[in-house]
Amino acid sequence: HLATSLPLPSERDHLRPRIDLVVFIIDIKSKYSLKNVETSLAHVDASFFLGKVCFLVTGVGRVNVCSIEMNAVCKLGETYCSPVLFCELELEGIRNATAQRLVRMLGICAGHTPGVSALSFVSLMRKSDDD
Amino acid sequence: EKADPQKTAFLLRKAWTLYSVSPLYGFRRARLRDYARLLGAFIAAEKQKGLAVEVGVELDIKVALSSLADIRGSELDQAALLVQLFSRSRASSRNSEDKPVWSGCFCSVFGDDLSENVPEHFTCLPLFLSHGAESYTSLVGSWFQKTFDCCFRRLAISPLNLSWMAAMWAGCKLDRAASAVELVFSVPRLLQPLDISYAIHPEDAKALWDTVQKTPGEITQEEVDVFMDCLYAHFHRHFKIHLSAARLVKVSTAVASAHCDGIVKILHSQYLPGVLMLLTELAISQIQ
Repeated sequence: HLATSLPLPSERDHLRPRIDLVVFIIDIKSKYSLKNVETSLAHVDASFFLGKVCFLVTGVGRVNVCSIEMNAVCKLGETYCSPVLFCELELEGIRNATAQRLVRMLGICAGHTPGVSALSFVSLMRKSDDD
Repeated sequence: EKADPQKTAFLLRKAWTLYSVSPLYGFRRARLRDYARLLGAFIAAEKQKGLAVEVGVELDIKVALSSLADIRGSELDQAALLVQLFSRSRASSRNSEDKPVWSGCFCSVFGDDLSENVPEHFTCLPLFLSHGAESYTSLVGSWFQKTFDCCFRRLAISPLNLSWMAAMWAGCKLDRAASAVELVFSVPRLLQPLDISYAIHPEDAKALWDTVQKTPGEITQEEVDVFMDCLYAHFHRHFKIHLSAARLVKVSTAVASAHCDGIVKILHSQYLPGVLMLLTELAISQIQ
């Protein structure tokens, strides 16, 4: 399910299946996309931040058109304890690889992979000096 | 010591195309006359080869190389190197005040980040500005690359860097009436390309920057973000368009103007060192 921002319209709540993973897409060419993601984050229930949220940063193939600061994005990932994936959606090969990666993550979040849960993503996120 | 404004005046009010240049190997200041001769011979040889050149570009050229100690940040920087190409055709007068048909300037303004890590025999002049026909630029560039084993790359300026320039230059104190601060945005993914030009009264822009900047002489990314966000919000209020979703491609102020393709015009002599310092930094980060 694709949405341009959150919250999702409430009228369709009863028709919507369970949400297992929320992927926030940030385009480095668009400052607006970062702002949009920041405001949408406020509408996500806290329980999702246990491994069911990730940030997908696209446009990294062309550093010369960068409108947002990388540090800001990485800080966002740290603040929300969620992984930040970098890709270039405009290139077909990378787009396909990224889609496969997301589907694998989704499978884990939906509980289809025995022995691994969404919480595994959180423990991967923790820095080594935290332990 | 203050730089002699006469010597640096040639940099003002011209559109310069910017390049980053990796350190030059085996460059010796004492040999400038030799280098000028060799470069002149190279250009003449290329003319003999019958290279296709632009109309109006002739290759009967005299080369002059000179050092400009006035263009540098500190003693740690190398003095700038000026390359000028003069037309030698019979049509031009023998007047020594001839204007060059092409100029190029290698310089480094506070480029310590690069020069402090560089091995012996290398000369660091990371910023190159060229003015004149592209064919001359590529001839001169090829000769330098072959002779000093260096690499020229067009300097691209990202929207992030352009917004820094907008904030820095809009905030400059100017004694006389300034021109508007103009930001040009390119809107992506449309059938017909669309450019949006946003002009802001220079006093309003400076007043906005003054409320945002906390420490004079220091600028942070947060302050630049707040400055730009205010401008975007103001525009959105009036036109319902999110400029933050478009791509900033050009910034023009009374101090200087810069285009994302690496083309810069410096208008105010007082801020020339500051602008060159910023451009040197961009060139160095492109090299590293």
